[in-house]
Amino acid sequence: MAETTIGIAELTAWLRRFRELVGGNRGYLTELDSAIGDADHGANMDRGMAAVVAKLEETPAETADDLFKRTGMTLVSTVGGASGPLYGTFFLRLGTSLGAVAEADATAFGAALRAGLEGVVQRGKAEAGDKTMYDALAPALEAYDGAVAGGSSLAEAAHAALEAAAAGRDATVPLVARKGRASYLGERSAGHLDPGATSATLLFQALDDTLAGK
Amino acid sequence: MKKLINDPDRVLADSLVGYAAAHPEVRVDHENRIVYRATPKDSGKVGLVSGGGSGHEPLHGGYVGLGMLDAAAAGEVFTSPTPDQVQEATKNVDFGAGVLHIVKNYTGDVMNFEMAAELASAETGAQVETVVVNDDVAVQDSLYTAGRRGVGTTVLLEKIVGAAAEEGRPLAEVAALARQVSESGRSMGMALTSCTVPAAGKPTFDLPDDEMEIGIGIHGEPGRRRVPLAPASDIARMLVEPVLADLDFTASPAIVMLNGMGGSPLIELYLMYGEVVKLLEAAGVTVARRLVGDFITSLDMAGCSLTVLKADDELIRLWDAPVNTPGLRWGV
Repeated sequence: MAETTIGIAELTAWLRRFRELVGGNRGYLTELDSAIGDADHGANMDRGMAAVVAKLEETPAETADDLFKRTGMTLVSTVGGASGPLYGTFFLRLGTSLGAVAEADATAFGAALRAGLEGVVQRGKAEAGDKTMYDALAPALEAYDGAVAGGSSLAEAAHAALEAAAAGRDATVPLVARKGRASYLGERSAGHLDPGATSATLLFQALDDTLAGK
Repeated sequence: MKKLINDPDRVLADSLVGYAAAHPEVRVDHENRIVYRATPKDSGKVGLVSGGGSGHEPLHGGYVGLGMLDAAAAGEVFTSPTPDQVQEATKNVDFGAGVLHIVKNYTGDVMNFEMAAELASAETGAQVETVVVNDDVAVQDSLYTAGRRGVGTTVLLEKIVGAAAEEGRPLAEVAALARQVSESGRSMGMALTSCTVPAAGKPTFDLPDDEMEIGIGIHGEPGRRRVPLAPASDIARMLVEPVLADLDFTASPAIVMLNGMGGSPLIELYLMYGEVVKLLEAAGVTVARRLVGDFITSLDMAGCSLTVLKADDELIRLWDAPVNTPGLRWGV
């Protein structure tokens, strides 16, 4: 039978894998940000996730709320820019939604991701098609929920989320940015991948990598 | 990349060490990357906190001191400071009359200061008012952008509002004055070259030798328009016209700032000022006060920006009030 829960060890591994992917893509994210932003997304996310992993190594988390609240606060206090409050709020809400549990089923995890997205929307006020991280996150959650409703395992739902996130990310290329620094470029922001949607896709890549083969 | 640095990831930390050594009149909290006055102002006066990404020096740390800011939180290069930094600064310069946050309109800065104000109010009950400066006429202000960027008017605002806070005016009045100044200033910038963020190691954008970028911000984010290189008199027109088209400056005295982006020598900035002031006067603008030099920069970018502030007798009086900071100093 397919695995239907995600435990604290896997949740922690998810964050570690995200840190590896962000580190490996540091230059790429910064390059994307140079084209339509201010050339710091890779360096900022790398610094933030390195700090998160260092904190978790010092004191491993035993519950989901501890894990994600510490992750969120660390990102808020180390990343800066817009990504700090946005990713920070995402993880803080994830923690609040999951609560003091050591594992979550697919539905609870999906609800937590949804709460995270709502936090991002509240903080950044982005909508679909604004050329932001929302354009990867929202379709990913849509796909995840659909998969779970259709009886998929958590790992299968995570894979569906990754594919939808990647498609959402790629669909940001022709968009004209309406939020963040890229919006200053107007029409000139079209023709480029959005760095925020790209890093948000790495988050689902990390989840898929962590759960793959389960 | 050729820069006077040790390690691209330690530029800010190392620079703050030198800043503290060069300016004993300020105190630097190296852990939280906050610049304070060495001697705090009297209790009962409004505290002024600003901050933003680094790379715009002397903004903001250079404007901490008598008659201007009480604290400045320094973010990484071109990256907003974090909420905990701003919260810490807010807590330490709340002298019992509340704190004004002066924020440049960038998505990250606005979000981080917003979180900081929430945290500070929750922790100590601090009264926090916020003014968001958005004076860059190069950016279209519409539902479809993050709004106009905050640039040169920030410098003039910190000076004028700093003088009012020094006089002991209450928070509501200081905040109202800040909004008046913010609404009365307009800026337009241009770049001859890109800038190089130390952590990125190469220029943020490519700009051929025979072209320039009009409507540039202060982060090397490309501007609105790329045009062939032109004589200074034409460049002056490209800066003055959109500023004057956006607000009527003829009815009141104006404060004018011709600002260098960091990589243009003073000889060129003065030349540009000469061109700009000629056009302003021809358009009926009375220049009452002026600043020429590097006040809000973009690392090593060559280029300049023009800021014009519609003033009145009261703003001029506050402008003339004593100021004693590393970046601006007169009347003391």
